[in-house]
Amino acid sequence: MTRVFISRDAASLSLGAGRMASMIATEALARGLPLEVVPTGSRGLFWLEPLVEVETPEGRIAYGPIRPSDVVGLFDADFLSGSAHPLRLGRLEDQAYLSRQTRLTFARCGIIDPLSIEDYRAHGGYAGLGYALSLEPQAVVDEVKLSGLRGRGGAGFPTGIKWDTVLHAEADQKYIVCNADEGDSGTFADRMLMEGDPFCLIEGMTIAGLAVGATRGFIYIRSEYPHAYRAMSEAIRIAEKAGYLGSSIMGSNRAFTLETRLGAGAYICGEETSLLESLEGRRGMVRAKPPLPALEGLFGRPTVVNNVLSLATVPWILAKGARAYADFGMGRSRGTLPIQLAGNVKRGGLIEIAFGATLREIVEDYGGGTATGRPLKAVQVGGPLGAYFPASMLDIPLDYEALAAEKGLLGHGGIVVFDDNVDLSRQARFAFEFCAAESCGKCTPCRVGAVRGVEVMDRIMAGIEPEKNFEVLDDLCTLMTDASLCAMGGLTPVPVRSALTHFPEDFVKPPRIQAAAE
Amino acid sequence: MPQLSQADLKRVSEIIAAHSSLDGPAVPILHALQEEFGYVPEETLSLLASALNLSRAEIHGTVTFYHDFRSKPAGKHVLKLCRAEACQAMNGPQIAEALLTQLGITWGETTPDGALTVEGVFCLGLCACAPSGLYDGEPIGRLNAELLEAVVQEVRGA
Repeated sequence: MTRVFISRDAASLSLGAGRMASMIATEALARGLPLEVVPTGSRGLFWLEPLVEVETPEGRIAYGPIRPSDVVGLFDADFLSGSAHPLRLGRLEDQAYLSRQTRLTFARCGIIDPLSIEDYRAHGGYAGLGYALSLEPQAVVDEVKLSGLRGRGGAGFPTGIKWDTVLHAEADQKYIVCNADEGDSGTFADRMLMEGDPFCLIEGMTIAGLAVGATRGFIYIRSEYPHAYRAMSEAIRIAEKAGYLGSSIMGSNRAFTLETRLGAGAYICGEETSLLESLEGRRGMVRAKPPLPALEGLFGRPTVVNNVLSLATVPWILAKGARAYADFGMGRSRGTLPIQLAGNVKRGGLIEIAFGATLREIVEDYGGGTATGRPLKAVQVGGPLGAYFPASMLDIPLDYEALAAEKGLLGHGGIVVFDDNVDLSRQARFAFEFCAAESCGKCTPCRVGAVRGVEVMDRIMAGIEPEKNFEVLDDLCTLMTDASLCAMGGLTPVPVRSALTHFPEDFVKPPRIQAAAE
Repeated sequence: MPQLSQADLKRVSEIIAAHSSLDGPAVPILHALQEEFGYVPEETLSLLASALNLSRAEIHGTVTFYHDFRSKPAGKHVLKLCRAEACQAMNGPQIAEALLTQLGITWGETTPDGALTVEGVFCLGLCACAPSGLYDGEPIGRLNAELLEAVVQEVRGA
């Protein structure tokens, strides 16, 4: 029986992987060839998708990108034996895009059947939990501290310190909440992990529960990710059945249960306190801090709120050692960063590497430049609240501090590439427009400032009294930065100001002959 | 606006009861109601409020906060198109505008024949395959005018 591996990641499906899988199965049946199609997550090399990998004695041989009209030809060329064909890519591990990566968090993604707990175990799964069960809670927390792991959601707060606070908080009930509200444009690593290796997140959350004394966990998944929601919910059911979740995890008499919850289309719910409000069934209004969620979080109880990638990295740290993890990276940014390369780029995908690579290495070496072949004009790093950088600044290394020094942020590790068709004044306007649409409305600087920002950008773009309006814009940005309650309003000026600083020419518009905008 | 029948109201009570043991049941119930009816009917809000021991104002506040919950039924098919930066970088806005102009509707509206609702979303996590959309829950990547035309043809044929 020949085994072929086909991703059912949502991005793969969006490129036709589902149709390709059924065509391959049908064709094999018609030719009387015994074939097992194993579903996997994606390897994250999206320009090669949809692709199929065939199990051979030389390893998994990949073919892609495959159009429906290629299927018959692949069979004619005997691709099931790994034979030559114009679409034959060889082993994906030998592709420079993958061979140069350090896949720790994403070690299994795209390789295993996401919903096979046996497959997960066979690839090192649950080794971390096994070790954690042999340790005192404080020792688990100390391991995570020692690893230097910082929150991958965007804020970069040391994960171990957060856990320590929750461990030492007294309460009848504590919670682990996974923030899977991955709303930043240009990011998809959480989605890929949940669809491609859901047990890894479950294991990480279970370890977190043991470490801090929490017996219940929630995974809050945005509704734009229906495939991830289904995969996680199904994986939880399987883990419960197999004794990896429930009243006695792996027979230890220690309990941990998990539930998935679906968001409802609100970017702000990626902010941790807003997420907690939403979980409790209310409007996703940001809470003032303090109190920290670590002390008064979900339902007023001590709560660890961590991003998907932070939690999914914990099993590796426990299994392989905190020092091994900390050996990767630079400065205060330890370990690896799953970078997501997207937008107008030739080779978009997932790139997990140690902190410290430059933007140029990512965009040029991995990405191969723009998809349109036109000159690169700007990259936005870190989602809609991140800075736009020009081509001349691509030598910035990707770490939390280096980006902050350039008035940018790393965020959740998304990089969006734009060619020279982009008008940065439009992007600055969009930053305000997005904030106006997605602000929770609790604080005035964000709620009103975003709307005023759109208005002032409209005047600037219409060439109306530019000097006065640039002054208003600057004042507004300062106010939003200093006085907003959370990062939504507080960081909206980052894309705006970076666009203005690095692309001033895009903001010089000829005055239009028209009635005044007011 | 369609009125709920007695059978519908019974179904509403069942949905509420099925979720009442959850902690923080409001959002899961609203999702289930929308799944059942295609929107969250106004009449269900007082039932929900009384079941959860909340004021009707609180439930109204919750349901109107989230972009997902519709106050009226959508078309037979729903096309969600991403409007965020990665898709902007790949001509997403121009492709979307052309479609909306062709259909004679704007964001969030339904074609007059009730066949298709087009909604904007901010990011579907398909950013390396931009521009992207979700048609009746099925993801579509590397969207172009041709792919959208195929969607329109399918909708019209349905």
